[in-house]
Amino acid sequence: MGYFEMSKLALKWALTKPPTSRYPFEPRRALAGSRGQLVFTKDSCVYCTVCAKKCPTGALLVNRAQKKWAIDRLRCISCGYCVEICPKKSLDLSTSHGSPAVTRDREFH
Amino acid sequence: MPRTIIPFGPQHPVLPEPIHLDLVVEDEKVVEARPSIGFVHRGLEKLAEKKDYVEFVYVAERICGICSFIHGQTYCQAIETLMNVQVPPRALYLRTAWGELSRIHSHLLWLGLMADGMGFESLFMHSWRVREKVLNIIEATTGGRVIFGSCKIGGVRRDMNAETIRNLLQELDAIEKDMRQITRVFLDDNSVKSRLSGIGVLPKQEAHDLGCVGPMLRASGVAQDMRTLGYAAFKDIGVEPVTRAEGDCYARCAVRCEELFQSVGIIRQALEKIPDGDIAVKVTGNPAGETIARTEQPRGEVVYHLKANGTKNLQRFRVRTPTFANLPAMLKVLPGCDLADVPMIVLTIDPCISCAER
Repeated sequence: MGYFEMSKLALKWALTKPPTSRYPFEPRRALAGSRGQLVFTKDSCVYCTVCAKKCPTGALLVNRAQKKWAIDRLRCISCGYCVEICPKKSLDLSTSHGSPAVTRDREFH
Repeated sequence: MPRTIIPFGPQHPVLPEPIHLDLVVEDEKVVEARPSIGFVHRGLEKLAEKKDYVEFVYVAERICGICSFIHGQTYCQAIETLMNVQVPPRALYLRTAWGELSRIHSHLLWLGLMADGMGFESLFMHSWRVREKVLNIIEATTGGRVIFGSCKIGGVRRDMNAETIRNLLQELDAIEKDMRQITRVFLDDNSVKSRLSGIGVLPKQEAHDLGCVGPMLRASGVAQDMRTLGYAAFKDIGVEPVTRAEGDCYARCAVRCEELFQSVGIIRQALEKIPDGDIAVKVTGNPAGETIARTEQPRGEVVYHLKANGTKNLQRFRVRTPTFANLPAMLKVLPGCDLADVPMIVLTIDPCISCAER
């Protein structure tokens, strides 16, 4: 049992630089391996539709005839399942989260 | 003495999630607590009929935002039992390490909320400062801060190389040092002890009879921990349940404080003993049959009941979460306490309502 157990800790941190960063002046540094926004590489895609079939939230839409790949950013949960199964490695997860999606519109590529 | 009903929740400063209690009080003594839950029911069990059994791992992980990894792990364990999948040992060790990291961040979150609940703001900030370091480890190794997304049927999605493991163990040393400073305040400071001791006492027999789980049960002196069943790598890593005899709010706080260091020890053992090899096996076919899986979440034992009929969708998916098991005990200890102690008692069961309602 003790008194003022917190004082030492509080005093130490009163004299130390805050552990928080000065966001937004100091942007957050993404950690390597962080699951951020899904990035699509059009050149290598063969529009096989595997990603669209396997996406657990139904965020992806692929049209083989028109050679179109689309994503609903509000539905994507950045789980990385599509990245794992893509046979041509056309998909990748960026470490950054990108700008927030504000509409339900699909992003076409 | 006339009786008054004081509504507590669903919105209350100590409640991160919505639960409503009608507190019947005489003067300032609670004589009865009538609960109502159901504010955040999302119908996740029913969703098993729409999502196939592989996709459902993502849903299981989202049952709870704090014990997300262990929910995913328990679901995978149940499916692996149904399909007779032999998970590679390396994957089991990685699951154990991530499960314990999730326990550390959950307990630190709870300690912060507890400090906030009793008005100890600086302690709250420091608990969450340390938690942030744990979240950084989790993000660096799995890619997510609270939704790990690294468990899949047949193994895990990500591996840790030798350098990552070395860095993680070094970081863990620093975290342990920080946790010692914080837990010293929780365990030894007079103000914390006076606020929590002797409040919400749950005797050993009652805790057992009411079916309590996790730290709530262990704080009443019952040495029950599902990790002793030997799932994942716990068959090679021994776990001695942390217990306290008092059964009050202080004992529940002390059990969680000690479990932080127990988890650090388990992670160290798991990562030092981790065998080489594959991290996943390919799983084909559909599950059939009925099984249960039990694991120890930060809040206590979780039970998954799965029924499958050979199709890609499960026939029935049922979860008994630790908060649901601890609610009857909370209602048992509330009568007789002071109105001012209600937030402390409610917090010490570590209520996770989104878990309980799914």
